[in-house]
Amino acid sequence: MIPLEINGKRQNIDLPGETPLLWTLRDELGLTGTKFGCGMALCGACTVHLDGQAVRSCVTPISTAANKKVVTIEAIGNAPVGKTLQAAWVDLGVPQCGYCQAGQIMSAAALLAHNAKPTDAQIDEAMSGNICRCGTYTRIRAAIKQAVAKRGGAQ
Amino acid sequence: MSAPVARTTRLDAAASVERPLIVANVSRRRFLQGVSALGGLVLAVGYRSAGGAQEAKKYGADGMPNGWVDNPLAFVSVAVDGTVTIVCHRSEMGQGVRTGMPMIVADELEADWKRVRIAQAPGDEKKFGNQDTDGSRSTRHFFEPMRRCGAAARTMLEAAAAERWKVPVSEVEAKNHEVVHRPTRRRLGFGSLAKAAAGRPVPARETLRLKDPKQFRYIGKGQLKLVDGRDIVSGKAQYGIDTRLDGMLYAVVARPPVYGGKVASFEATEALKVPGVQKVVQIEDSPPPAHFNPLGGVAVIARNTWAAMQGRQALKITWDDGPNAGYDSVAFKTTLEESAHKPGKVVRNDGDFAAAAAGAARRLEAEYYIPHLAHATMEAPAATVRITNGKCEVWGCFQSPQAARDLVAKRLGMSADDVIVHVTLLGGGFGRKSKPDYAIEAAVLSKAVDGKPVKVTWTRDDDLHNGYYHTVSVEHLEAGVDARGKPVAWLHRSVAPTIISTFNPAAKNEAPFELGMGVINVPFAIPNVRIENPEATAHTRIGWFRSVSNIPHAFAVQSFVAELAAAAGRDPKDFLLEVIGPARQVSPEMLSDTWNHGESPERYPVDTGRLRRVAEVAAREAGWGKTLPKGRALGIAAHYSFVSYIAAVVEVAVDDKGMLTIPRVDMAVDCGACVNPDRVRAQMEGACVMGVGIATLGEISFKGGRVEQDNFNSYQVTRMAEAPRDIRVHIIPGDYRKPMGGVGEPGVPPIPPALCNAIFAATGKRIRRLPIRDQLKA
Repeated sequence: MIPLEINGKRQNIDLPGETPLLWTLRDELGLTGTKFGCGMALCGACTVHLDGQAVRSCVTPISTAANKKVVTIEAIGNAPVGKTLQAAWVDLGVPQCGYCQAGQIMSAAALLAHNAKPTDAQIDEAMSGNICRCGTYTRIRAAIKQAVAKRGGAQ
Repeated sequence: MSAPVARTTRLDAAASVERPLIVANVSRRRFLQGVSALGGLVLAVGYRSAGGAQEAKKYGADGMPNGWVDNPLAFVSVAVDGTVTIVCHRSEMGQGVRTGMPMIVADELEADWKRVRIAQAPGDEKKFGNQDTDGSRSTRHFFEPMRRCGAAARTMLEAAAAERWKVPVSEVEAKNHEVVHRPTRRRLGFGSLAKAAAGRPVPARETLRLKDPKQFRYIGKGQLKLVDGRDIVSGKAQYGIDTRLDGMLYAVVARPPVYGGKVASFEATEALKVPGVQKVVQIEDSPPPAHFNPLGGVAVIARNTWAAMQGRQALKITWDDGPNAGYDSVAFKTTLEESAHKPGKVVRNDGDFAAAAAGAARRLEAEYYIPHLAHATMEAPAATVRITNGKCEVWGCFQSPQAARDLVAKRLGMSADDVIVHVTLLGGGFGRKSKPDYAIEAAVLSKAVDGKPVKVTWTRDDDLHNGYYHTVSVEHLEAGVDARGKPVAWLHRSVAPTIISTFNPAAKNEAPFELGMGVINVPFAIPNVRIENPEATAHTRIGWFRSVSNIPHAFAVQSFVAELAAAAGRDPKDFLLEVIGPARQVSPEMLSDTWNHGESPERYPVDTGRLRRVAEVAAREAGWGKTLPKGRALGIAAHYSFVSYIAAVVEVAVDDKGMLTIPRVDMAVDCGACVNPDRVRAQMEGACVMGVGIATLGEISFKGGRVEQDNFNSYQVTRMAEAPRDIRVHIIPGDYRKPMGGVGEPGVPPIPPALCNAIFAATGKRIRRLPIRDQLKA
């Protein structure tokens, strides 16, 4: 049994320790907001937070997530930064098909949690691991900037 | 400027032109129907000779399987609490159709959008009309039927109110979710009228009163947020891969790595030892032609997807690769080039190319290569099937839910009436999800475990290894130009395996619908035009990919025009406009285009004025002619496809190491009137990024019959840093009374040539082979 804390809820998972967090979330726990895109940490669709850091859950075995705090897209709105990003995403109509956007928001939330005012280059760097096949990048960048502006105003 | 020749007659070249067969309105499904009905005679259904009875030819939505439906009882329901539910029967894959289509209904209905809910239609074309979400057709085919749906429902509510008040219906009017009695200002909410309205007869179509477009409150305003936006950003949105059912099992499939290959033998002992693996099932081989059939192979069914993937890795399979084991992209490029250097089937012939070229002041030629591409939807194909008590339920991300329904029924030996197909959101489509082979896989596997629900998930390597690829092509162009450099003779040989080969392996020529994507229907003011299509043999599954044949055709044509401009020492924008010629309406038939994107040639002539205008607007907005620093330059391209007109001006910056960045792109789009301008913009932005990816990175290549790319490390797509920094979309205002154009696809084709034309302007390097990859590196 592997102890996991997911979105504030502790639970023991009866799966081999090498099972990726992604498939544990999706298939065993029903948290399907975290998406499968590549299985090799190449596309970012599966991004979640592990103790506040953005990680690719498709290559994160549950054994390494044990006793750490996992936050997924389903709960990122509970954090002010996540909520602000979600609102900016909706406001600017960022999503097209929407499939990659959970991962995009998780990467953006981790960025803003550590860097309240990222430069364009820092945004590119932080988001470079997240592919959007619909090509919503200009709006993603605009939404991150809008969230930065909103949060700056609140400080 | 000399007066370009507006060609009003076309030589009757019956002797030299093999007249293309006509297809009324090619849908991906139409092929399949042809195949199933006629045992392989794909071309027999939907095609007939040009000399046939023209009056029977149907255009637009009329020509699609099961046409259109405008019955409000199918699409609209009003609950007693006033909630209006509108059915969206087209598949959402990012184009915004679940917002746009119901918006049309709600507007005519005078519904308050805040009280509207959207329901997704199952695959049922008898009830809803055609559901093949492809060809950039949803809005242009369903704008009018959806307006009538809303107007009919509104009329029923108004009649119910008039009856309640015992007043003439002419005195009442629906307004923002209420019906108002004008003389007395009495009001009744939609909810309180719901039951009475539902009992009213559906008004006759010809009696409906549609809004004056000036009265639209949602259509064209661009103020409504996406209906799925909140669910998407909070992880609640349901895609095909997200289906969860009680007792569900998870499967992945090992498919033959070579098209036409099959399992010679396999050993599952080790796979069955993997914890969580429950069963290994062989899926019957499916020799070419592929149709929409599964490729066959060996499936592993497990407790979760990971266990299934581990089990698959432990399978020992010996494949019999079959006749395509030698497919090699490097060698095939040479084969295509050899074909392109010899005359081929003549598919358009105006004037006399040979004579005009012989007499020209100068002759130029160029050849372009565009490789296979994979859709690589972020959500790879996924479907779930459950079979209980003689009924089958399917859940999945389908662009053609009726095809999924019919094919699952056929494979299971059931009636389609006993199969329900639930359509989820699609995590990208781009044409891949028009081919529901994955639904059939799930059905076969569910049956193998006594009808238990089974979800089949494709991994990324499955998606790249076993796709329906965009074709590969060599485009050979020659021109004879006059003393000023203006083309007087134009030859284009297009050589590419046809999509038809996926249905009929004997097919070696491009079909009318492929030729009508920017190779024959190029409305240039050139008197002598010869278009040839030498044969090409397919060695893999060729399928529709967003924008389809327009991608190679536009790349070649728009690059070549810029090459001619450079040879003439002319400004590329001015030269392009001169080659397009003066504003005029050209009949598609005069361009030997019998297809015309399935639309009526009278309603949808090729309008060079609109093509000119988008080029002019894009150039003006981009500041064409402005002074830029060294290494920076603009390039332009304009292309007509999916009955819309799009031009792009791309600004590139190339540093002295050959590093390419794209500071800005300006796109002008004339798609007629827009329902949701923000989504038109979004589609152009996305098309721009995809076009950049096709130009710079995208390539699927084969060696030993196998695809060489496995994942996003080897099949690269555009990421944020490489995407254009600034994409500005300029929408030409349209008239709601005029026919609409497509939006989802036509934005892609002008991007690669505009980009390469900009690179030429910046560096003097002409790109003729895509992707660019490291061709700019010193």
